[in-house]
Amino acid sequence: MSIACEFDYRKPKTLSKAIRLLAKRGRQARVLAGGTDLVGWLRDALVAPDLLVDIKGFDDLKGIGVKNRALVIGALATFSDVLESDLVAEKLPLFREMAGMVASNGVRNRATLVGNICSAVPCCDAGPVLQVYNAVVHVRGPNGKRKIPIGQWFLGPRKTALRPGELATSVAVPFPGKKHAGCFVKLKRYRGEDLAQASVAVLILAGREYRLAFGAVAPIAVRGPRTEALLKGKALSPDLLEEAGRLAVEEVVPITDIRSTKEYRALMVEVMVRRGLKTAASRLAGKGPAYGINVMEEDAP
Amino acid sequence: MKKINLILNGESRTAAVAPHEVLLDVLREKLGVKSPKVGCERGDCGACTILLDGKPVCSCLILAVEVDGQEITTLEGVGRNGPTPLQQSFIRHNAFQCGFCAPGIVLAATALLEKNPQPSAHEAQEALSGNLCRCTGYEAIIESVVEAGREGGGKKKSRKGQ
Repeated sequence: MSIACEFDYRKPKTLSKAIRLLAKRGRQARVLAGGTDLVGWLRDALVAPDLLVDIKGFDDLKGIGVKNRALVIGALATFSDVLESDLVAEKLPLFREMAGMVASNGVRNRATLVGNICSAVPCCDAGPVLQVYNAVVHVRGPNGKRKIPIGQWFLGPRKTALRPGELATSVAVPFPGKKHAGCFVKLKRYRGEDLAQASVAVLILAGREYRLAFGAVAPIAVRGPRTEALLKGKALSPDLLEEAGRLAVEEVVPITDIRSTKEYRALMVEVMVRRGLKTAASRLAGKGPAYGINVMEEDAP
Repeated sequence: MKKINLILNGESRTAAVAPHEVLLDVLREKLGVKSPKVGCERGDCGACTILLDGKPVCSCLILAVEVDGQEITTLEGVGRNGPTPLQQSFIRHNAFQCGFCAPGIVLAATALLEKNPQPSAHEAQEALSGNLCRCTGYEAIIESVVEAGREGGGKKKSRKGQ
């Protein structure tokens, strides 16, 4: 099936030209980066823009670097870039673990992490991991630059705080500044590529501070503040893990769709929280397992 | 219509495309390469896999206008001087049945061996996880890739069939 709607395509040479184009066309314009969501949406007629603004010509939006004690992931950095980055592996390996579970190689070579949160589907894999690190989205628009904390970024399924005319240029992930370890847990219908039925990102910081976020079990990627408060300052005993799992289920509002029932999602969130916490705690203690495993797969440790 | 220039299987080609035309369709209908297959058209099945600047991508999720100035390899550009060691390994293992997924799998595996000349079975599975095969159950496919690597097939520049 081909794309039915017709639109203009522009690939401006400068970022300011892109912003001008986006500002002029408002909601009629769409930003095109990797396009792995957008081309599908165009085909399914979920969107019908007049103009696509291709931003792939901007070298300064490519790449992953460090600035102001944060990992900065440019709008054009693909999931493959994240997966293969030595900087990510060294500083924030949780991103590597997450990136490795996104779709398949052929999609990861094209799909960008920033595009993933701009698409803002409830099951987006980047959302929960950015949430536990309190990441900040950097945006440019006709009125200049602004920064949007990830907690205020997602407004609903496919809705973000980005205003018409604005472009997300990067996402900055502040280094926690103390020892930390995490675990990304993704539940899929089968091994190999699939969208999440549910996902849980866990981050534990030295001093027994716990952060949890969930994907595909609420309209947006959400943190679990009550579960975090329950865990704060405590060592992870078997009883506490049980209690945390049960409380986490109360913090999500899963729905039934083609990938899962809401009941199954809720049941599995409990299991995923327990396994994610245990694995992250083991990593924090230097005992592994290495990043890059999915603790929901049967041969996982 | 916009004119795009690209290097397709080593040859300089041009095409006039409308912005809404998908690369997969343009390759098949305007540029005459039929190996990328129309499968799911949503990036799930991998039948449309091509190499874009050497990397496997789903051509069903790319607009033709986006690839202006880039290099594309399809199965037609692989093994033009006879089957590559990887392709020979696939043949030896009788790895395909209907063959619909084969172009995508050959390209994805070719790219894997370029990057990682001796992949493990797990690495081969991961690299091919976006390429669905409904005939074979994958065992022979994975074994073909691993064996091609073991026998040095992956060390040669096999991408362009040289």
